Amino acid sequence: MKCVVPVLTVLVVFVALWYAFAVVLNAPWARDRAERAGTELSFTALVADTWAQEKPLLPAPHQIAAEVWHTTAEMRITSKRSLVWHAWVTLSATFAGFAMGAALGILLAVGIVHSRVMDLSVMPWIIASQTVPILAVAPMIIVVLYNIGVQGLVAKAAISAYLSFFPVVVGMVKGLRSPDRMQLDQLHTWSASRTQVFGKLRLPASMPYLFTSLKVAVAIALVGAIIGELPTGAQGGFGSRMLSGSYYGQTLIIWSALVGAAVCAGALVGLIGLVQRLVLKRMGMAT
Amino acid sequence: MSSQVIQARGLDLTFRTADGPVHALKDVNLSVQRGDFVSFIGPSGCGKTTFLRVVADLEQPTGGEITVNGMSPAEARRARAYGYVFQAAGLYPWRTIGGNIRLPLEIMGIPRAEHAARVARVLELVELTGFEKKYPWQLSGGMQQRASIARALSFDADILLMDEPFGALDEIVRDKLNEELLGLWRRTGKTIGFVTHSIPEAVYLSTKIVVMSPRPGRIIDVIESDLPAERPLDIRESPEFLALARRVRDGLRAGHGYD
Repeated sequence: MKCVVPVLTVLVVFVALWYAFAVVLNAPWARDRAERAGTELSFTALVADTWAQEKPLLPAPHQIAAEVWHTTAEMRITSKRSLVWHAWVTLSATFAGFAMGAALGILLAVGIVHSRVMDLSVMPWIIASQTVPILAVAPMIIVVLYNIGVQGLVAKAAISAYLSFFPVVVGMVKGLRSPDRMQLDQLHTWSASRTQVFGKLRLPASMPYLFTSLKVAVAIALVGAIIGELPTGAQGGFGSRMLSGSYYGQTLIIWSALVGAAVCAGALVGLIGLVQRLVLKRMGMAT
Repeated sequence: MSSQVIQARGLDLTFRTADGPVHALKDVNLSVQRGDFVSFIGPSGCGKTTFLRVVADLEQPTGGEITVNGMSPAEARRARAYGYVFQAAGLYPWRTIGGNIRLPLEIMGIPRAEHAARVARVLELVELTGFEKKYPWQLSGGMQQRASIARALSFDADILLMDEPFGALDEIVRDKLNEELLGLWRRTGKTIGFVTHSIPEAVYLSTKIVVMSPRPGRIIDVIESDLPAERPLDIRESPEFLALARRVRDGLRAGHGYD
């Protein structure tokens, strides 16, 4: 409870700054309109105007909140204008991509830990794969995949998987290698097989590392799905919402999509944190 | 079966390092009888741990021969001839004490039906009855090391190899564990190889003290102790004890070529 006051203070400062910036950024447009109408704006009228424009440069928090409320609670979730529907479109691709990425990441890590050849040959390519600016090649990947008959959800999931496997590989390699020399010697004195070393020691020892990297992975899986939606046109999802919002200067739509994406990312990371707590508690490793 | 448990003849081990070869063991000859309590003592780098690791098939000698129960170390390892206790307890945090003791039993494929009885028996041997369901972090350092000894005893090896098992513990706990270890040795009749750098610990525990010296790692003296098998802690103030300790200290001093 001691944290409540500082946390609220930071929140208030943040919101106040936001309102201030909304005034500064939206004021030229308000003055411009007033000039053309031949009227003079008082300061309070100017401030009121900058917080209530239809297409503001920076929407005020209450405008975004109203837009989010309007597109979630006040609409059927099957409507193509419902943010919940768009969220589902993006999340389904996120889930598919995250599952693929996590599975790929774990498999690659197992291979890398057990085979020196794989460590030396595959690891550099994995690192190189992440130096590719995904935003630049996403349209290309979508087009290439379309030409081999893959489109829609799977194409978006592929970009998600491409981004999210990396932290899982790195985290899992670290986790599977976390047992020290002594623990491995110990198993050798019991003549343990490689499978036993993996199942009894390496895998359980890697669990804390796995969950930490899964948290990072699920957040970028969501980003990947949104990026995948940008070049596919307006078929739905947060990405298409942002794209159409920017076509028509509907900043409120862009911002409500951003808020929706942030809430989803927070919920996904929280969900993994919950699973992590449950699993580690069951393993007796709760911290 | 002969009473020779460990037999080393002209054992050599040279590590190749970036700074050139390091002679960890040079011409080591030793024979350990069944039921011996052998301590290996010497400064760091004298090869005492290396010798124990060779016995356990954790290092490969570069020369000479060694047999454990009449077999090569690798065969002896597969025949579950020894249990090894490391410097740190190395218990798995995700397993209970009982689960940790069952670990080697699971790996060796010992029938599940026997597990409970074996766990109960070794926990009693190390005086940890009642702690089976606890997790390692709930136990003190000394208790964790006792659990690791129980784990090494669980599969009925005749030989117990211990590499400075009490090195990280404070002296009071150490005294108590030494006393318990002696009791355990008397009751089970196991052959124990024990690495230490404490002279009183070596003299108090052993029937045979192997004094070693570094660069190259070699045996300087093998002292047969004539102390009685029954050893209360205050035996450490008796003249016989002090005479043995002096002989060990003289050996250690003679081993240092630089003084």
